[in-house]
Amino acid sequence: MNRNVQLLWNGLIPENPIFRLALSMCPAVAVTTSVQNGLLLGLAVVFVQVFSSCTVAIFKSFIHPRIRIPAYVIVIALWVSVIDMILPVISPEVYKQVELFVKLIVVFAIIISRLELFASKEPLIPSFFDGLGMGIGFLFGLCLIGAIREFFGTGQLFGFDILGFNPLLIMVLPAGGFFVIGFIMAIFNWVEFKLTGKIPTSGGAH
Amino acid sequence: MKACKLQRLGIITVISFVFLAVVALGVSDAATGSGSFKKDNEIVISFGVPVDESWAKNAANFLVFEKTDPDIQLPIESVTLDAKRISALIRFSEPLNLSSEYEVIAKDVASEGKTLGTVEFLVKKSQGQILFTIFLGAMLINNFVFTKYLGLCIFFGVSQKKETSIGMGITFTIVMVLSAIMCWALLTFVLNPLHLGFLKIIVFIGTVAIFVQAVDTILRKLNPYLFKKLGVFLVLIVTNCIILAVPLINADSGNGPMESLILGLGAGLGFALALFLMACVREKLELCKVPPVFRGLPIAFVVAGLFALSFLGFSGLSIF
Repeated sequence: MNRNVQLLWNGLIPENPIFRLALSMCPAVAVTTSVQNGLLLGLAVVFVQVFSSCTVAIFKSFIHPRIRIPAYVIVIALWVSVIDMILPVISPEVYKQVELFVKLIVVFAIIISRLELFASKEPLIPSFFDGLGMGIGFLFGLCLIGAIREFFGTGQLFGFDILGFNPLLIMVLPAGGFFVIGFIMAIFNWVEFKLTGKIPTSGGAH
Repeated sequence: MKACKLQRLGIITVISFVFLAVVALGVSDAATGSGSFKKDNEIVISFGVPVDESWAKNAANFLVFEKTDPDIQLPIESVTLDAKRISALIRFSEPLNLSSEYEVIAKDVASEGKTLGTVEFLVKKSQGQILFTIFLGAMLINNFVFTKYLGLCIFFGVSQKKETSIGMGITFTIVMVLSAIMCWALLTFVLNPLHLGFLKIIVFIGTVAIFVQAVDTILRKLNPYLFKKLGVFLVLIVTNCIILAVPLINADSGNGPMESLILGLGAGLGFALALFLMACVREKLELCKVPPVFRGLPIAFVVAGLFALSFLGFSGLSIF
């Protein structure tokens, strides 16, 4: 398989940031009361991840290894400030609900860990695809959790009424997010157990 | 022995914070006139002398309005005097906004047949009450871990043993309070005068990172024992969302220095509490028969969900 495609696939399922690496859990629980919120924050993360990966891949020869962490943080903070000014123009009402978390993308562990583990060692093109794959994997996780919680909590999807009643109100409460993530993680582990015959340790060992 | 030392350190820290809070309450609890809120739709005013019951029963003798818009008078439902006829309780049909100031004007106060003239009362929540509300809100009602889902990476990473969770909780609380104050000072004295509000994110995360590095260096020289205990956590703190969220919340709601400090303290103690509770459960969980696919993080998430459910019960405290 082409390496770039493999990098994309790697971020989506085998090393999914939320369910396998268990990084950046805060937004995964906090903003996923509906699909729209998850979608908007996911898109912001894709943007920041791709652009910071590319920036670090281009400028890595200028960054002294001993001050790399502050340098990465500044690069991420730069792109977060950019997206923080773009999003309110695109979708003002949804932005209001995820505002705090868009600003908090700076401290999302997934972004800095990809910069440290991948973009600081590899050239521009693979870094771009790695960032894109991780970002899309994150977007996929947020949308999946958001869809489950919105459907069971309010009986809606994308704001459209489907069931017409609230089957499980607990899903939109704070506790619901924790339950949904716990169960999806267990399902990921179960699928891998069925395919490979051993219990994976990546999510559980963290 | 070492665990004992660590616990003693924790107790000293908690006591000093409580002392600081008490001093803060004492200093800032300025005299606010003789009116106060009873419930969210009741105001108590005290006249100092016994007044006539027939005069007090007449609701038309009282004018109540918010200090910011004096034109809008609030409808009074009833006025009752207490047994000594010194203080009156004014009840309103609609709930009041407890964070704003109200003015009560009592017209032609009648006392034992004489008229004492018009008396004005200023009613507002005292500074101490506001700070206590912020503290309780940040620590229990809106616990940053269980109802705002912040700091989860560290929460699940460090909550495997009780001892490490105590160390992390103490370190985090100290860094949180100090960085909340520092970010407030930077925002008020540097960013706002220069109209650089859009640089908040970069400046705050830079401040926290520099500050953590500084504490790390100072502690390494001053107290090697403490450094060995807390050094690992210091580095982890930079990746905790709460450390950036609290200064951002402070900046957005325009909190003053005291409010910023108390919000930081509440957030830090709330995080420490959540971490310690979780560590207690996870130590027991090691001994349980958990289904293999749930072992590790998945079951920790389910436990956190149950904690979040029980923390919903604290929302009853929001009457303060």
